[in-house]
Amino acid sequence: MHFEYQIEGGNFTRAGFASSEIKKMMKQLNVDMGVIKRTVVSTYEAEVNVVAHAFSGTIYVDLDEEKIVIQLQDQGPGIPDIDQAMKEGFSTASSAVREMGFGAGMGLPNIKRNADDFQITSEVNKGTNVKITMFFNK
Amino acid sequence: MTIKQISELLEATIVCGEDRKEHKIEMAFASDLMSDVLTLSDNNVMLITGLSNMQALRTAEMAEIPAIIFARNKKISEEMKELAIENDIIVLECRFSVFKVSGMLFNNGISPVF
Ligand SMILES: Nc1ncnc2c1ncn2[C@@H]1O[C@H](COP(=O)(O)OP(=O)(O)O)[C@@H](O)[C@H]1O
Ligand SMILES: [Mg+2]
Repeated sequence: MHFEYQIEGGNFTRAGFASSEIKKMMKQLNVDMGVIKRTVVSTYEAEVNVVAHAFSGTIYVDLDEEKIVIQLQDQGPGIPDIDQAMKEGFSTASSAVREMGFGAGMGLPNIKRNADDFQITSEVNKGTNVKITMFFNK
Repeated sequence: MTIKQISELLEATIVCGEDRKEHKIEMAFASDLMSDVLTLSDNNVMLITGLSNMQALRTAEMAEIPAIIFARNKKISEEMKELAIENDIIVLECRFSVFKVSGMLFNNGISPVF
């Protein structure tokens, strides 16, 4: 199965819509609740990152019997130093983002902790790609 | 404690989930930082927050949080209410501060997450 969702940079009211749809779909497929939680927590932090830090993005979801692969591809400023961005506490978030309850530099480390496989690549002034893979039976 | 007992203790209004007053809560977590809430691995944790926005409800949805208390007299919007109903999240509004809500619940046997 393949699904796509659009993300609008700066639109905090809608942030989480795609993660919510993914959660509903996984519940319908009777995926283990623990796996669902780790998947949607990761996807939601990644979705919020696109809203908070980029201009626009697309989420590509691919699902088969054994795994779900979620790719978030955005157009935005990119990340100049990924090792630094991955550090707990590092954040360039605006005060508006912090008022939303994010921007403490905890998103990327939390995604890494929850995902079975996590890949991030980025090009400055172009955008960022995040890939989250979750396996159903482990 | 049940949601009913919590609402009586805190003189709080049940805004959503009136039908689930008997739902039992044993643990709570207080934060305005949603990234913090998203690191919790426990389920059935009640969230106490002063942050009244859509992201508080989205966070509850993703983190399997069954109930939220909006402290400091924060009111929720119609849009937030719709999202809470859609996701079966119990919402309470309370005029007390986050500190007071947390202290009262702690004194009545609600456990911290850590
Ligand atoms: N999609 C993205 N586009 C551009 N920069 C990003 C993106 N995701 C993360 N970053 C950068 O990495 C930093 C750390 O991200 P994260 O751990 O999620 O913390 P936070 O979003 O709270 O700042 C961000 O502050 C930002 O500088
Ligand atoms: Mg983030």
